[in-house]
Amino acid sequence: MAVAGDQNIQTLQEYMRGLKSTGAPCSHLIAILHKTQELYGYLPREAMDEIALTMDIPRAHIWGVATFYHYFNLTRPGRHSIALCMGTACFVKGAADILEAIKNKLNIDFGETTGDGLFTLQQARCLGACGLAPVMMINDKIYGSLTPEKAVAILDDYASREKKGVLHTGNV
Amino acid sequence: MNAMNTLPKYIVTLCDGPTCMHQRSKTLKAVIEEELKKRGLYETTSLVLSGCLGMCNKSPIVIVNPGYTIYGGVSPEDIPEIVEEHLVKGKPVARLAIEEDYLYNRFYRVFGDVAFFGQQMRIALRNCGIMDPESLDDYLSLRGYEALAKVLTDMSPAQVISEVKKSGLRGRGGAGFLTGLKWENTARQKSDEKFVICNADEGDPGAFMDRSTIEGDPHTVIEGMIIGGYAIGAHRGFVYIRAEYPLAIRRLRKAIDEARREGLLGTTILDSAFSFDIEIKLGAGAFVCGEETALIHSIEGRRGMPRPRPPYPSQKGLWGRPTLINNVETWANIPVIVLDGADWFTTIGTEKSKGTKVFALAGNVQNTGLVEVPMGTTLREIIYDIGGGIPDNKKFKAVQTGGPSGGCLPEQYLDTRVDYESLQAAGSIMGSGGMIVMDEGVCMVNIAKFFLEFTQNESCGKCTPCREGTKRMLEILQRITKGEGIEGDIEKLERLGTMISKASLCGLGQSAPNPVLSTLRHFRAEYEEHIKNKRCPAGTCVDLLSYTITDGCVGCGLCRKKCPVGAISGEPKQRHVIDQAACINCGQCYAACKFNAIQKS
Repeated sequence: MAVAGDQNIQTLQEYMRGLKSTGAPCSHLIAILHKTQELYGYLPREAMDEIALTMDIPRAHIWGVATFYHYFNLTRPGRHSIALCMGTACFVKGAADILEAIKNKLNIDFGETTGDGLFTLQQARCLGACGLAPVMMINDKIYGSLTPEKAVAILDDYASREKKGVLHTGNV
Repeated sequence: MNAMNTLPKYIVTLCDGPTCMHQRSKTLKAVIEEELKKRGLYETTSLVLSGCLGMCNKSPIVIVNPGYTIYGGVSPEDIPEIVEEHLVKGKPVARLAIEEDYLYNRFYRVFGDVAFFGQQMRIALRNCGIMDPESLDDYLSLRGYEALAKVLTDMSPAQVISEVKKSGLRGRGGAGFLTGLKWENTARQKSDEKFVICNADEGDPGAFMDRSTIEGDPHTVIEGMIIGGYAIGAHRGFVYIRAEYPLAIRRLRKAIDEARREGLLGTTILDSAFSFDIEIKLGAGAFVCGEETALIHSIEGRRGMPRPRPPYPSQKGLWGRPTLINNVETWANIPVIVLDGADWFTTIGTEKSKGTKVFALAGNVQNTGLVEVPMGTTLREIIYDIGGGIPDNKKFKAVQTGGPSGGCLPEQYLDTRVDYESLQAAGSIMGSGGMIVMDEGVCMVNIAKFFLEFTQNESCGKCTPCREGTKRMLEILQRITKGEGIEGDIEKLERLGTMISKASLCGLGQSAPNPVLSTLRHFRAEYEEHIKNKRCPAGTCVDLLSYTITDGCVGCGLCRKKCPVGAISGEPKQRHVIDQAACINCGQCYAACKFNAIQKS
C-alpha cells in the first residue's frame, strides 16, 4: 500500500527530484509512471497524487495519461501475470482456443484477477516470439508452441507449486 | 571477451534473440565457456552473443565459423560433443547441424561472401548476427561510425541531404514518403531549435524487425540519427521505443552511453563543431503512438492522440519545433548510403522503390523469422523459396502484409513484387514489414474481424469516423461470424469502410478498414457463404459449425464422455449420435475421436 513515508514513495520522490531540474517536467510523466509501476506493480492512487504534488502536474492530466496507455495497471495485479499473445501469428495458429481454455480454467477474462489473487490474465499484442506461436508469457517466462491442454497443465503446475510454497516470484 | 591479439581459430556465435534467449542461451554460454576452458581453447576461440538471427523455429542456435556450421535445438548436454568434435578435432557434428537447405544455410553462404560482393542482401540488418551488439569495438571494426566521420569532415549538410535524396530511400515505417525530401523540408525551416526522432514504437502485431535491428546493431541507428541531426541542424534526438522491449532498451542505453564516452555523442563530436545527444523515451502500449503526431504528444508526456496535418512535424513538431521523424529501419540504412553512395544504393530494388526491405515472416509457413530482400522480390520467392512453403501439406490461402493497416492477398497475387506501388495496386500495403502466411484453415472473415478488433480497441477516440465507424464495422463482422449476417451487410461494410478511410484524422483510422476491404475484394464468396448459407468454409467460425458422427464410429464412447453438455448418446459398440439442439460446437468430441469418425462442416 502506498503510505506517505514508505520505502517506495521515497524512491519515487528521489527519482522525480533527479528529473525535475532537467526542464519540461511534463515530458517525464510517462517515465515516472513506468517507475511507479516498477515499484508497486501498478499505479496506486496515492502515488499519482504524490507525482502531482512533486512535479506540479494537474492530477486530472496524470489520470488522463495513466488511463490512455494499456501498459499501466490501475489495480493491483495477481501474483502471476499471464500475458497471452493475441498477435497475428499466434491468432492464426490458434490463440483463440488457448484463451478459451484459460478462461474456462480460471474463470476470468482479460484484465481480471482470480479470486485467490494468484493469476491476472492480460492480452499481449505481440511478444515477438512468432516462431513459437502460439505463446504466452507468465511473469517473464515464455511458453511456446501451446495447445489448450499444455496451457492448462502449465497453470496447474504454477498453482500446485504455489500451494507447496516453492514459488517466490511475481509482484509484491 | 578473449584477448584478440591473434585471430581466433573459431568463432562461436550464440543467438541471443528473444526466442533463443527464452530457450536459455545464457546457460549455453556458460557451459560453452566452461568446456572451452577445460580444453584450453578459451583464448583461441571467440564467443559472441548476437542479436536475433531470424531462425526462431530452430532455437537455440549456435553457429561455428569458419565453415558456417549451424547447430539448431542445442541443449547444454550437446555442448561437450560440439566442442570436442568440432573445435578440437575439426569435425562438425552432423547429428546437430541443420543440414537442409534452409534460408539460414543459404543466407550464411551469401553472408560469407559479403566482403567480396558488397551488402547486396542485408543492408539494415548487415551487422545483426555477426557482431556483438554490446561492443562498440565490434561495430567500429565493421566500418562503424565511418559514415559519420565522412559526413563531419567532407560533407556539408546540403550534400548529405542531396545524397539521401538521390538514393531514393523511402520511409520504412510504412507510408513510403521520400526520406530525402523529408530531410530537406525539415532543414529548410528556420528555428532556434530542431529535433530528430527515431520511431521504434513497433506496434503491428506479428512484426519485430525494429526490435531485432536495435537488439542486434544499436549503433547503426545511433549513427543514422547523428547524421540526420547534422543534416537538418538539430542537436537533440529522441528514440521513442516500446516499453515491451526491455532487451532492446538495455542495449540501446548501453550503446548510447558508450558512444557518449568515446566522443561520438555529446559536444564537439569527433572534434568537429557539431554537437548532438540522444535520449530514450519509453512508450506505454498504445498502437496509435506509431503515428508521428501522436508519438510527439507522447514524448511531451501527454495522451498519445494525433492532430491534423499540416502543419507537418517537419514544420511544427516536438514542442512546436521542426522535427525529423524516421523509422528504425530507415535510420539503419543511412550510414550505408553515406558510405557506399546513392549511386550504388539505387542499383538495388525497383524503379520507384530502392534498396531492401526487412520482413518478419510468420504464420503458417515452414521457416519463420526475419528476411531482408531487395525490393522487387516476389511474394512467392519469399514464402516458398525463403520460407520453405506451407507446412503439413496444406494449401496456401493468403498472405497478409502491413499488419492491421494492410490487406490479405490470395494465390493469384503471389507473383506480385514487393515494392510500395505494386503492393498497393494489389490492394495491400508495404507497411512496416509484418508478413503473415495463412493456409486453407484460416477464415478470412474471422481474420478481418481480428484486425478490426485490434484497431477498434486501439482507436484513440478523438475523431468520430474512426471511433464510431470501426465499432459499427466490427459489430457487423461479429454478426456475420455468428451466423446472423443479413443481406446488405457486405455493401454496408464497403460503404462504412470507404467513409472511414476518407474521413479519419490519422493513418490509424484511414487504414483501419483495409483488412476488411481487401478480404471483401479477394474473398467475397467467403463472406457470402457466411451470410447466405450460414456456413464457414474454413471451418473456424464456431457458431457456424456442426458436428456429425459418421459410419466410422466404433462406439468406443470417448466422445460421449468428453462432451461437456451431454449432447452425445449411444450404446457401447454402436454408432453414437449428436443431439444438434444441445450441441454447443465446442469441438471436444472432434478432437478426442481416435477413428476420425466425427465430421466437421
